[in-house]
Amino acid sequence: MAERPLSPHLQIYKIQITSLLSILHRLTGMILYGGAVLWVVWLMGLANGKDSYDAIQKILLHPVGLIVLLGWSLSFFYHFCNGIRHLCWDMGYGYDIKTVRQTGWFVIIMTILLTMFTWMLGRTWGFIWT
Amino acid sequence: MKVKSEKGVGHWLIQRITAVLLIPLSLWAAAVFLAYITAPYSAAQIWLSSPYIKSAVIVFTVLMFYHGYLGIQVILEDYVPNEKTRTYLIYFTRLFSFFMTVLAIISIIQIQLS
Repeated sequence: MAERPLSPHLQIYKIQITSLLSILHRLTGMILYGGAVLWVVWLMGLANGKDSYDAIQKILLHPVGLIVLLGWSLSFFYHFCNGIRHLCWDMGYGYDIKTVRQTGWFVIIMTILLTMFTWMLGRTWGFIWT
Repeated sequence: MKVKSEKGVGHWLIQRITAVLLIPLSLWAAAVFLAYITAPYSAAQIWLSSPYIKSAVIVFTVLMFYHGYLGIQVILEDYVPNEKTRTYLIYFTRLFSFFMTVLAIISIIQIQLS
């Protein structure tokens, strides 16, 4: 195990869209793991009763909480779109460098659009409860 | 830690299978979280008291932590050069993911209309 070369060697590459998106997939994956823990905290709050639920909700809807949620939603849609791109590669599609760059940009645009759409939807849905 | 070659294939495959299953499930969970994040306690309670919703949320949470664990494991394997540290970190992540999943399941089961 120790003799095996460890890859990728991040520090020797010139950053390109391909490598940047690859690193972002891992980075957003790690952020989403944190999000998963937050999801469990929310469920625990719901199980624990009204006081815990309200306290967690207050934190989530506080400006700092909203910034966390913005990062979470961006990470989610990025990992979601780029994950589908990865699954296409696994099936053997989209390997030539031109397509890889095009789908890369498509992932970036979709991430931004889906995140914007989500926050607009969130604003509308938020009014349901009031 | 000895790594058998066939174990790698299983890892790769499970990561993909959980990914495919999480495509619809994560979208659903995100939509639900978005809708209920501003909801009063009673509304969220009513929503998660249905046995069907409970089952779906449990399945989603299990798949999410399994997928997350596999991903973190690959990252640790790539970036932690010290074998002992790497092995400990992987075991810690596995244990933590399992613990979180159990906590989620217990919480989901506990939720009922009061």
